[in-house]
Amino acid sequence: MPKNYIGIFDVMGPAMIGPSSSHTSGAASIAWMARQVFSARPVKVNYTLYGSFAETYKGHGTDRALIGGMLGYRSNDARIRNAYEDAKNEGLTVDFIIDKKTEVSHPNTVDILMESEDGKSLLIRGESVGGGRVRIVRMNNIDVDFTGEFCTMIVSHLNKSGTIAYITTCLAEQKVNIANLRSFREDDGKTAITVVETEGFIPDDVVEKVTQYETVKDVDMIEL
Amino acid sequence: MSWDFKNTEGLLKLCSKHDLPISEVMIRREMQLGQVGREYILRHVDESLRVMDVAVDKAVSDPVPSMGGLLGGEAKKVYELDESRAVCGPAIHKAIVAALAVSETNASMGKIIAAPTAGSAGVLPAVLLSYFQEHNVSVETIRSGFLNASAIGYILTRNGSVSGAEAGCQAEVGSASAMAASALVEMIGGTPEQCCKAASIALSNLLGLVCDPVRGLVEVPCQTRNAIGAVGAYTAAELALADAGISIPLDEMTEIVTDVGHALPSSLRETGRGGCAVSPSLCEACKK
Repeated sequence: MPKNYIGIFDVMGPAMIGPSSSHTSGAASIAWMARQVFSARPVKVNYTLYGSFAETYKGHGTDRALIGGMLGYRSNDARIRNAYEDAKNEGLTVDFIIDKKTEVSHPNTVDILMESEDGKSLLIRGESVGGGRVRIVRMNNIDVDFTGEFCTMIVSHLNKSGTIAYITTCLAEQKVNIANLRSFREDDGKTAITVVETEGFIPDDVVEKVTQYETVKDVDMIEL
Repeated sequence: MSWDFKNTEGLLKLCSKHDLPISEVMIRREMQLGQVGREYILRHVDESLRVMDVAVDKAVSDPVPSMGGLLGGEAKKVYELDESRAVCGPAIHKAIVAALAVSETNASMGKIIAAPTAGSAGVLPAVLLSYFQEHNVSVETIRSGFLNASAIGYILTRNGSVSGAEAGCQAEVGSASAMAASALVEMIGGTPEQCCKAASIALSNLLGLVCDPVRGLVEVPCQTRNAIGAVGAYTAAELALADAGISIPLDEMTEIVTDVGHALPSSLRETGRGGCAVSPSLCEACKK
């Protein structure tokens, strides 16, 4: 949970796999979040590294961290070091594309393209913004903005009126307190992604109810 | 009443008003702001100390090459240095070994406690563990050192910088050295004022230290800077405990570090474009 003060273990911590909070710990967190958002099991993942990630990824173990996160390892999980071997054993194919030319808005940026066995795919763009903190800034072709510091519900839906009101009603019925709610639209205006960050857990009933709504295509959760 | 404080002045006021050491004010602040119990916090402290201990042991007993290939086995070498040649004495010797060891563990993707950052993670374990082992003090004492260090680190994070990219290595190893110096003073039984004085001296002694990682990696010269941060903490603690010399108040020193950090050119702030990072022979060594 996010806090509004700097505590003992914010200073003497976090416990993390080195060597770098932004290049290793943050990279693992981005991939972990991508895995949570992708509702299927990925069998193939392409990572495109930009900026500083592209320059120094090997020596910082950024590649292993990105694979580890995809295997469900958090940033303090010692298994990250062996992520290549573990991916092989899990039947996960990974590929890294180093892009030093494309201009990105943050120096530590990665695109993660996940594909499942049955051909489902999702592209996530993440930024590691310092001290291990991260932001997800793109899902497929929609610009989004969330951090995973809250319990997060990501709703992909048709851009039709009433959807957001329906989502908030479902949450209110279960007395879930909304910390942030933002809606992001695709350029063509047809599809939208609504990201709801809450202060407590979101019960399964809410997720189920939202999923059943006529305009909703998909609901994904990031639980802490 | 509130146990929160914004700077050294506020911290020292709370210490003197309630006649408490810095560690105790810090734990009460955490209990109040985080709505958690003392036992919960102490369990977390012990777990963090255990991670630090393992990070030292692993690199000394079973060293592995770092991800960037520039480190591996340095801690073990110093550990095995013949006693007749170990010029620093047993406590400092242990501190140097531990600082190098944690840096190696970090650079080889082992688990560390960022304190305050991953790049400076060797300083606090070096000082806390070497003092603990060499002086055979109680577990309560080393816990108080940990908590004390977090109070100084909090002030530096809140009012200054602990980022090498923003303010150079003085903000990372310098901050860690200040935290460790203050922790040492409390563990030895010094006053809260002496703790803050030690922290200020430690910062002033590393003022201007640049962040110039070879190949942009957290390896060289980061590892040996962790050692000097630990040794600097011992020096600053000894000066402060003796009430020797005039020192700049820690709140002023925090601002000075930030100002000096911002005055550093970007080539000396974690970009790998200046300082040791462009040493021709070091760059040559990198190519191997």
